[in-house]
Amino acid sequence: MAAEAFEKNVDRALADTQLRKNFAFAMGNFILKRRAVFSDAEETERLRDLGNAIKQRALSRLPELLEQLDAVCTRNGIRVHWAETTAIANRIVLEIIEAHAASRVVKGKSMVSEEMHLNAFLGTHGIEAIETDLGEFIIQLNGETPSHIIVPAIHKNKAQIAKIFHEKVAGAPYTEEVAELNAIARNTLRRKFYEAGIGLSGVNFAVAETGTLCLVENEGNGRMCTTVPPVHIAVMGLEKVVERLADLPPLLRLLTGSATGQLVTTYVNLITSPRREGEKDGPQEVHLVILDNGRSRIYQDPQLRQTLQCVRCGTCLNHCPVYTRIGGHAYGFVYPGPIGKILTPQVEGLDKAGELAFASSLCGACEEVCPVKIPIPALLRRLRDECYSSATESAVPGSGCKQNLAERLAWKGWAFLNTHPRLNRMVTTLLGRVGDYLPSSGPLERWMRYRSEPAFASRSLHGRIKEEGIADE
Amino acid sequence: MTPESAKPSNVYFFGTCLIDAFYPDAGLAAIRLIEREGVRVIFPAGQSCCGQPAYNSGFPDEARAVARRQIQVFRQDIPVVVPSGSCAAMMKHHYPGLFAGTDDLDQARALASRVFEWSEFMIRVLKVRYEDRGDPIRVTWHSSCHALREMKVIEYSKQLLRQLARVELAELTNERECCGFGGTFSIKHPAISGALVNDKVDDIQRTGAARVIAGDCGCLMNIAGAGQQRAMPFAAQHLAEFIWERIHGG
Repeated sequence: MAAEAFEKNVDRALADTQLRKNFAFAMGNFILKRRAVFSDAEETERLRDLGNAIKQRALSRLPELLEQLDAVCTRNGIRVHWAETTAIANRIVLEIIEAHAASRVVKGKSMVSEEMHLNAFLGTHGIEAIETDLGEFIIQLNGETPSHIIVPAIHKNKAQIAKIFHEKVAGAPYTEEVAELNAIARNTLRRKFYEAGIGLSGVNFAVAETGTLCLVENEGNGRMCTTVPPVHIAVMGLEKVVERLADLPPLLRLLTGSATGQLVTTYVNLITSPRREGEKDGPQEVHLVILDNGRSRIYQDPQLRQTLQCVRCGTCLNHCPVYTRIGGHAYGFVYPGPIGKILTPQVEGLDKAGELAFASSLCGACEEVCPVKIPIPALLRRLRDECYSSATESAVPGSGCKQNLAERLAWKGWAFLNTHPRLNRMVTTLLGRVGDYLPSSGPLERWMRYRSEPAFASRSLHGRIKEEGIADE
Repeated sequence: MTPESAKPSNVYFFGTCLIDAFYPDAGLAAIRLIEREGVRVIFPAGQSCCGQPAYNSGFPDEARAVARRQIQVFRQDIPVVVPSGSCAAMMKHHYPGLFAGTDDLDQARALASRVFEWSEFMIRVLKVRYEDRGDPIRVTWHSSCHALREMKVIEYSKQLLRQLARVELAELTNERECCGFGGTFSIKHPAISGALVNDKVDDIQRTGAARVIAGDCGCLMNIAGAGQQRAMPFAAQHLAEFIWERIHGG
């Protein structure tokens, strides 16, 4: 997405006062909830260090862990599929569905399936994908995409949801009562679970040691999707693999505490095989689709690899001053917020999404709360460097996309000035005299859209120091 | 030297480019307050900018050239006191990475280890005590992001403020939230930056404070500029300048 397109999205989002209110309210609540479950600062720090260590350990052995996961899952009866691209992943899912002559898929919440644009793809093949997570259900009714990776309909308030239900669900009365709204969703969805031939879900963690797919959720729809239909398809990004079952408790504590401020989610699903002989429920078939989509390239660079530590808790979104102002849709891609700003440009290319890396004040609020300590500001800076890089080889596609003579000369001039003290003093002195008469164009015009003109001091600190007789050696 | 060691006889002062051009009074106040404790302040004339503007904008080579100059200028083994959490963080926490793999790494590390944010230095090293001689006033405090999250010195700044007996500190609702400055961010993404600073201005106005005090002139320039454009009744001032004024009865 070009810079202009992003700017337009931003302007539209900022002008929507209801949207800004909804985000400010919801994110404020998430921040308070998180703080309540991480009230002991030292303990939280220890836990985040542990989370970081677990994910780094897993990434350090990523290729072997993935092979181990494949082998153990296969031994347990789970069929493992590898997809280098989203197109291949979509094709794999479609083939499984077609093999069972199914026409309906019930879906638990999965950001990887959003990344695949799976619903649209299945739609073109005459297959109906039904979102069963309440938030996803709401936005699917309204033809929207998620605005947040954990709470996809968070940009809507109760009244807006009431209106969507009333207009889009046959026979639904207008009500703003949460219990009644829930009941409408439940009544609509309950039948679909029984009718669907396929259940599809994401994966929070995949344990290489035991071949266990771990899935957390609060509504029970995830458990329905993974147990009621005869076939369960799980889709995951390849970075979701962890080494041991013992890694799960600290990771789950970090994930749910960071995401929703819960000590534990209502449902924690550990899926290790299809229904076994003599068992009364569970799917007859379980498939695991492991998606790459640029991840293995990100993996090659030791600094950028830290992007893959992400557990998709969304707390960086909740704490981001930019995200809370513009909301998720303005970013223009599947993953919004700070994690989106580092992930999207690496996956889509800097030429398409590099601008996102510049849409940050580098305030560091994201890094401060990240449960696995991803140094997001440092990675944003790295991507900014890559945008202007003139190197012929780069770890990031689209590198050098922002190179231009004007900016290069401006920074060269800036560096020259700031390494030549006498010239620098002359310029500062001059600005002190004529600074008020600078033309209000370019950067100054952009500054002055929201602020008065900055006033240069008539005499600089350097000048005053000399007059006041302060030592310079 | 370690922060809690004895009072040094000499310190360097890094004035920062924004203070140099826009807020020399803040710089002078910070220097005078150090001198007042019996410490000689050296202000090397060859200093300029910490390099952060280029460092954050995708121009690491230019940032390194400017940073290298500061490393050469501040070479004596004495503390470098910086009246900005952001510039201090650049020198203390980012110089070592910026010079990784270069011949200047050792010197960059040495400089980094000697950097203090101004309020941190006043409390931890000089252990200052102030007597407030000003008229009663209500102020509010803005925590700059890098002072808060990288230098972690906000507690020291607030300790200084709390020493002023007749100053009422009315805290912001979102004290820890960015003001939207972000250096070149404010120019590259003016609408987002503007939304942030306007929310900050609203927050300040709600406290009823006559002034917003901060330890970073980038934030102050941003907040004061937005406040002025909306004809807000509050002023913005650097902590050092405010303290200098208070202890002289201003």
